Amino acid sequence: MHEGARERIARFLGAKESAEVVFVRGTTEAVNLVAYAWGLHNLGAGDEVLLSLMEHHSNIVPWEIVSRLRGFKVQYAKVKSDGTLDYSDFESKLSNKTKMVCLSHVSNVSGVINDVRRIAKMAHDHGALMLADGAQSVPHLPVNVRDLDVDFLAFSGHKMLGPTGIGCLYCKRALLEKMSPFQGGGEMIREVSFDTTSDRCGITWNDPPWKFEAGTPDISGSIALGEAVKYLDTIGMQEVFDHEVMLTRHAMMMLKVHDKVKVYGPEDLASKCGIIPFSVDGLSSHDVALFLDNYGITIRSGFHCAQPLHQVFKLQSSARASFYIYNTTEDIDRFGEVLGEIEKL
Amino acid sequence: MVAIEDYVSRVEGTCGAEKDVIVIFKYEKKDEAIKRILAKAQLKNSIAGIIFELGFGDFSFRLYSSGKAIFRSIKNREELNGILDDLLL
Repeated sequence: MHEGARERIARFLGAKESAEVVFVRGTTEAVNLVAYAWGLHNLGAGDEVLLSLMEHHSNIVPWEIVSRLRGFKVQYAKVKSDGTLDYSDFESKLSNKTKMVCLSHVSNVSGVINDVRRIAKMAHDHGALMLADGAQSVPHLPVNVRDLDVDFLAFSGHKMLGPTGIGCLYCKRALLEKMSPFQGGGEMIREVSFDTTSDRCGITWNDPPWKFEAGTPDISGSIALGEAVKYLDTIGMQEVFDHEVMLTRHAMMMLKVHDKVKVYGPEDLASKCGIIPFSVDGLSSHDVALFLDNYGITIRSGFHCAQPLHQVFKLQSSARASFYIYNTTEDIDRFGEVLGEIEKL
Repeated sequence: MVAIEDYVSRVEGTCGAEKDVIVIFKYEKKDEAIKRILAKAQLKNSIAGIIFELGFGDFSFRLYSSGKAIFRSIKNREELNGILDDLLL
């Protein structure tokens, strides 16, 4: 069942084979895996890794840590005031020094959908690899890794009806073959033999993907994630996306009538997912979240692990409404009613 | 002897540049905690009798009938504990 879940997830992503899907604890571990297993061995002084200012901390911090160990430079592409990527700035920062490009497929703060296919082509044209953070895209829209032509794609189970503590790293097989292991022991070993001549142990790694899955696998987690993927497959990811677009359109219309509410991010629905960051005049995002919570409406408040993007928006923090398949227009109408109450404060 | 721990389940610093602190009262003690706080703090505004904008000395905070309160511009845990001591005990 564990390997069956891997096969199902590989088909869901459009991977060539299930061996290209590595089970990890989540998106954060997936990015760390690439930063350490690939970055530590392939990057050094004079090299560059290109990120953007809209990245989740999980797609910033691993690269900053490894850059301090290996001496390469981390570059950040600018984000426009509406939260969209500045593609010109991104392209201007690509050079033959760039060895890795890492970008959110969908921003977890603004919901902006980045043109990952275009960025992957730009990266490959400069000889760089492409890692897409799919934490907010894989659960919400159709994602095909071969169509996007990404080298790596990371995502988490808990954002797509699965449990916490399980996620996946998609990686092209040829890269997995070349990469060194991330952690040692357990599943990732084929053989460990003591050599009396050298007084050392000789180690043979297991084949990918198990080479990157040290220890006892989270079997219950992988099976549960496989079932979540099966459920989403039954609905169809285009249906999931269309439902979210409908809800987002409804919410954007509703928010416009609230004078004290300011919405961030693009207004063009063609370039965003079902995530709406907003603020209410005179109130902190935490005040707004607690107020809504009192009426049984859950949103998130704070930096959302993306502090640099809040610097771009010049915000101390933001409130974030987000939608999924279980939400309805009635939920949004109720959200609007409570916002009306909040404006009376 | 009654202590603030009898009423408070946990305290969370907020994620963001603001220095807000959220106090979450124990579910079984939240109604008593709210009653005690309302008896001591100055009521500035109330919405539907379930959300209260309050003042206490130099501090302002908001109390929710769900059993949560948000305090603004709190310097540290000691300062918060002092306020909670005065409000709850």
